[in-house]
Amino acid sequence: MDKNMEKEFIARRVAKELKDGDVVNLGIGLPTLVANFIPEGIEITLQSENGFVGMGPAPKEGEEDPDLVNAGAQYATINPGGTFFDSADSFLIIRGGHVDVTVLGALEVDEKGNLANWMVPGKMVPGMGGAMDLVTGAKKVIVAMNHTAKGSHKILKGCKLPLTAVKCVDLIITEMGVMEVTDKGLVLKEINPEFTVEEVQNATEAKLIISEDLKKMEI
Amino acid sequence: MNKLISIDDAVNMIHDGMTIMVGGFLGCKNPFRIVDAIVEKGVKDITLIANDTAFPDIGIGKLIVNKQVKKLIASHIGTNKETGNQMNAGELEVELVPQGTLAERIRAAGAGLGGILTPTGLGTVVAEGKTIIEVDGKEYLLEKPLKADVALIVGAKVDKKGNIRYRKATRNFNPLMAAAADLVIVEADEIVEVGEIDPDDVMTPGLFVDYVVGGNK
Repeated sequence: MDKNMEKEFIARRVAKELKDGDVVNLGIGLPTLVANFIPEGIEITLQSENGFVGMGPAPKEGEEDPDLVNAGAQYATINPGGTFFDSADSFLIIRGGHVDVTVLGALEVDEKGNLANWMVPGKMVPGMGGAMDLVTGAKKVIVAMNHTAKGSHKILKGCKLPLTAVKCVDLIITEMGVMEVTDKGLVLKEINPEFTVEEVQNATEAKLIISEDLKKMEI
Repeated sequence: MNKLISIDDAVNMIHDGMTIMVGGFLGCKNPFRIVDAIVEKGVKDITLIANDTAFPDIGIGKLIVNKQVKKLIASHIGTNKETGNQMNAGELEVELVPQGTLAERIRAAGAGLGGILTPTGLGTVVAEGKTIIEVDGKEYLLEKPLKADVALIVGAKVDKKGNIRYRKATRNFNPLMAAAADLVIVEADEIVEVGEIDPDDVMTPGLFVDYVVGGNK
């Protein structure tokens, strides 16, 4: 798979986690793609932390409205039934547990479910934006990312970068498989049949617990 | 009371060393005309409180590029490289605050609260040096109120009493900042007569607003 196909594969698998009626916040980048692959018959409501729910698809060319952007400053649309609100209400929704699922990328994630995705000291300090509130408040936190970064491990025994939040991640979905964070560690529940269990383990610093019921990762 | 003034009158109230809150989200409306006038006047040593620093050539991004800001309190600076450059060079002090915490700290100041308790940031660098308070077995960070000398906010439709109706995603931090500063100036897309905004549609009551500028979209 090339990089774009990998991203689409990951996004399609994440989309299968969403349930009818879920309120969902998608991070910038790969997570945003998830909206394109919502299964038929499932209706979800997208929350945008800059202040609205009911986010629709990107506007057609020529129909962009500078007063309507998503949390990444890209032009957006709002579906019928959507509503706007201020930043306090937006984070009341997020922090108060009214978002069912948040999907975001990671620089590092570890076997305890700790997440680092907002800074690399001395190199890149974009700021945490809404990420710390999202992973603290959402009912389910899904990390969607490539399994490794240019060969370096991203799924670690312990995060080394400054944390976004402690023990917040529920599920990790990569091009290699689906891993659940449990009290005992990371459980590999699904594997992409293009890879062996050994290959997935080699690409993962944390020790994987292989599910007795290991399934083929399907999209 | 007619609160309508000129941009020049507004900028004459902005001085070196002030703490200024500015509404907007990644350049999805800052009070562009007031900010441009502040850039032109060259007000310096500003402490800026805003969600972000927009982009280098848009809105409050220009205040950073023009080195008028001494300290920044924001949640995200990734869209304006100059902010990171000045931070790394030690020219700009930056306090990064989780976005929801930033909103609540501003709201707390406006609401007369001594702070808020939030689980966001526990176990991270955000918690360093802060008091942790346990309530019913759960830990929270004590985050203190954030207030300013001046709040510069934006409204789509504003009447001459300062009643504000926002449009679409431009509401963001504006209603919170309107309550959290000594002096509040709203830049309007459109200025209307008192009574032209249905009371049901007013999102920020005019009592929070000192002056109105702008108009004509």
